[in-house]
Order: sequence, then structure tokens, then C-alpha cells
Amino acid sequence: MAESNKTDVIVVGAGPAGIACAITIARAGKKVVLIERGSFAGSKNVFGGAIYTQPTKEIFPDFETAAPLERRNVEHKFAILGENDSTVISYKNKTETAGSYTVIRGKFDRWMAEQAKKSGVYLVEKTVVRELLTDNGKVVGVKTELEDYYADIVVLADGVNSLLAKQIGLREDIQPKDVALSVKEVIKLDKEKINDRFNISDDEGCIYEIFGGPMLGMLGLAFMYTNQNSVTIGLGITLNELVERGIRPYDLLENLKTHPTIAPLIKDGVLEEYSAHLIPEGGYKKIPKLSSNGVMIAGDAAMLVNNLHWEGTNLAMISGKLAGETAIEALNKNDFSAKSLYTYEEKLKNSFVMKDLNTYKDLMDIAHKKSDAFLDYYLRTINAFFKMFTSVDSIPKRKKYYDFVKTFVKERKFANIVSDVLHGIKLLWSILKWY
Amino acid sequence: MVLEDKLFTVKYTPDKVSHLVPDNEACKTCENRTCTFVCPANVYEWDEVHQKLIVNFENCLECGACRIACTKHTLKWEYPKGTKGVTFKLG
Repeated sequence: MAESNKTDVIVVGAGPAGIACAITIARAGKKVVLIERGSFAGSKNVFGGAIYTQPTKEIFPDFETAAPLERRNVEHKFAILGENDSTVISYKNKTETAGSYTVIRGKFDRWMAEQAKKSGVYLVEKTVVRELLTDNGKVVGVKTELEDYYADIVVLADGVNSLLAKQIGLREDIQPKDVALSVKEVIKLDKEKINDRFNISDDEGCIYEIFGGPMLGMLGLAFMYTNQNSVTIGLGITLNELVERGIRPYDLLENLKTHPTIAPLIKDGVLEEYSAHLIPEGGYKKIPKLSSNGVMIAGDAAMLVNNLHWEGTNLAMISGKLAGETAIEALNKNDFSAKSLYTYEEKLKNSFVMKDLNTYKDLMDIAHKKSDAFLDYYLRTINAFFKMFTSVDSIPKRKKYYDFVKTFVKERKFANIVSDVLHGIKLLWSILKWY
Repeated sequence: MVLEDKLFTVKYTPDKVSHLVPDNEACKTCENRTCTFVCPANVYEWDEVHQKLIVNFENCLECGACRIACTKHTLKWEYPKGTKGVTFKLG
């Protein structure tokens, strides 16, 4: 092997996981090559819309003043959509420091990659890693379209599809129920209109988490984020729902955009960019083997997404950082065996990353089983309740309550309600029990 | 808004050859051809006359849904070359 093509660590993929990993290694004075298939970092990446302050600070302490940010989020809205009506709950806090910022990945990832370069990371763009090179069961490098590169350690941060993790048998092929297909639109709107419609000032942002509407009964959620001069709207639906129902994802998004609660927010907006991406949704039970001889996996490639809390980039950054720290230790003791790199898995287990995913390990099983209840019937019931409660029609209130309860137990069989409650308790127990 | 208008907002640098290669014999006997509706860019169309899957790979958003949804598991899917494919500016 040519010595010029050999480095300490190769990181595949310049997203949040790969960049966090590479910069951690470079800051320790080790040689690291970061390979990105897009023409620049962020050019193949799509996400909902917000990065989280605390974990981002762990990698980039000054990002709040230095990085290209859109708005600091001060409000989180939860909108439960019926077919035409809605119930919206909002949590707003303008006084505390922002827990998250909206960003545009094409700008933000590029900025992160620039910081990595400044720290000594060798960034190679426009280059696809086609396969991993192995020798005696140890990963020793990568094969790109142009040439082969060698390293003591290869970190896979190549995203949700991670064909590389599959190639070396660390990951099974993904099933349609373990990913969500997300489509999103960035819609250009005047800043004043955004501020007025979302009741925020210039640098403040508002997040919408949207349940129901065109997705009633499906395992899927929609979202809206505010940028400086645009609004992001999108939705993610578990792929098996689309397959089984024969639905086109962009048709659902079009329906959502016409919902009476949503349409006024984006009225007169002009589509700036349409995009699509897969989100790993398998949860704890679908996490692959995270390390082996000469290799570790981080971020979406490792299926590290906490979908209930809309967390992904933070798990990516922290897993990348921990993989980076493990790589530094391995380089210092010159041991790149599976046993040595298993430290990465232990670090992850001791961090919030695995703890959180473990907390929600039963969530997706129950969500798949009960989407007709919790993402359809009960959402409708919430709207029906408020419709009943707010209506003034000279019908005695007690009769209205009786009718409401009667309809509630008539439309969903008693046995089903019992089953729903039991599943709810089971889920709650799985989340709260102490290990 | 129709899909064509949505795709018009996306920056593409298409390759000359497709990075998506279906096994047309398998497609002929495929019952549901999931790729023809799950794809967010409508890359796949079934040509009934020629019994052939048309692949508009130039429109691919590189999400990977078709590969996972392929009922027959016969779709050969890889990333476009490093200089090709989609470039998201506002991802």
C-alpha cells in the first residue's frame, strides 16, 4: 500500500456525525480524512429544520455567534388536525436561551466542514466511497471511484442508507417499517409575513409538530419550521404505510398544505426547494453492531434517531464525537481491534444516546400496532371534545356530555379501548421503569 | 402544485448513465410495483405497452426509498458519481 494514501482515520460522510468525529480527531493532532460524496458538505442532506444548542456547543462552543443560523426557536406548537378542524397546544418561552436554532443544511453543514478544515481535517468532496477494503476481516481502507485510501480506522457516517455498513455485515438491510420517507418544501415568504403569521419577531422562530390531518391513521407526523425568509413544511410517513396504502408522499404534503389551519400560514409563498430524505425510525431494536475490527458507525448510519423527540442531529454529533474519542485512544495504544473499538459502544451506552433510545425501545412496536388508535381515533376525539365544549346551541350541557361519551364508546369497541389503555400503560411503564 | 413544478426547484447535475438499475424480468411479474408510487420524484413509470420499467433517474432525489420498498429486492441502487446527481441548497 502506498504510504501517501495512508492516514490515521478515514471518516465517510460530512454530515453532523462525520464532521463531529473528524474534528474531534484532528483537534487531538491525529491525521484524518473526511470524504463527502456531495459537491459540498450539506448538499445531499435534508432534515426537518432545527439543530440543538447544547450538543452543538459540545463540538462548536462558539457556533451561536459564528455559524449561519436562521432563527432561535422560542415556541413549540403541537397541532392536532382533524379533517377540517384542529386543536393546537403551544409552549412559548422568550426569556431563556434558545434550546434550538433553525438552520439550512446547505449553509450550516458547510460551515461545520469549514471549521473542521481549519482544525486540520483533510476534506475530500465530490467523492463516493464505493466499498470498504478489508484484510483478514479488518477494515483497512476505502475504495472510491478514483483511488483507494488506507487508514487504521474507518468511521462510517454515511447516512441512513449506509451501504457500507451493510457491505461488511454490521447492518441488516432496512425494512420499510423501519424508515420514514420525508418530503419537505422550503417556501419563500417575506420576513414581515412570517413574523406576523407566527407571532414572532425578527430572530425568533416557531416550530409546529403536526399530527393527523391527511395523515390520520398513518404512522407519520408533519412539521413546520421558520427560517429567516422562508418557512419549511414537510412530513414523514413510515415507508410501509405508503407501500401498503399505495399513497404518493407528495400528495399527502399537498393535502396538508390546503388544511384550513395550515394554508393561511404559507399563503402567497413561493416554493424555493423541494426535497426528500429517509429517516431511520427503527429505534433501539434496530441499532446495528456499532463497531468491529478497524471500523465504527455513527449517526443515521447507526440508526441513532429519537423520533418521539425529533432528535437526530444531536445524536449524530455526540455519537461522532464519541467515535472520535475512541479513535484517539485506539491510535494512542496502536490497537484497532474489535475489542479496542468496542469502547465506542460502551461510551454510547453510558451516554444519553443509548439511554434515551433504550427508554423508547418499545415505542415503535406499539406505535405500529396502535396507529389506528393514537394517530386516528383519539386525535379525532380530542377535536370532537373541543367542538362539543365550545359549541353553543341551546342543547343542555349534560346531554352533550352524555352524547359525547356515548359516541366515544360506540365508535371504538369497549375491548379496543381497554386494549388501547393497556398498551398506553405498557408504553408508559417501559419508558419510566428504572433499570 | 404538481410534482413537475416541485422538481423544477431542485438543482440536478445528471449523469449519462443511470445509477438505478431495475431487473426488468422481475419487474414484469411484480404485483404492486411499489417504486412507481412511493418515489418522491416519480422516477419510475411502468410502460404497459413495452412491458418495461422507465427510470427517469435524472429526477432522483437520492433518498433510497425505492431500494427498501422494492418488493422483489432486485433494484440495483447506488449513489450517483461524486460530481453528479442532486444538490440540495436548502436541505
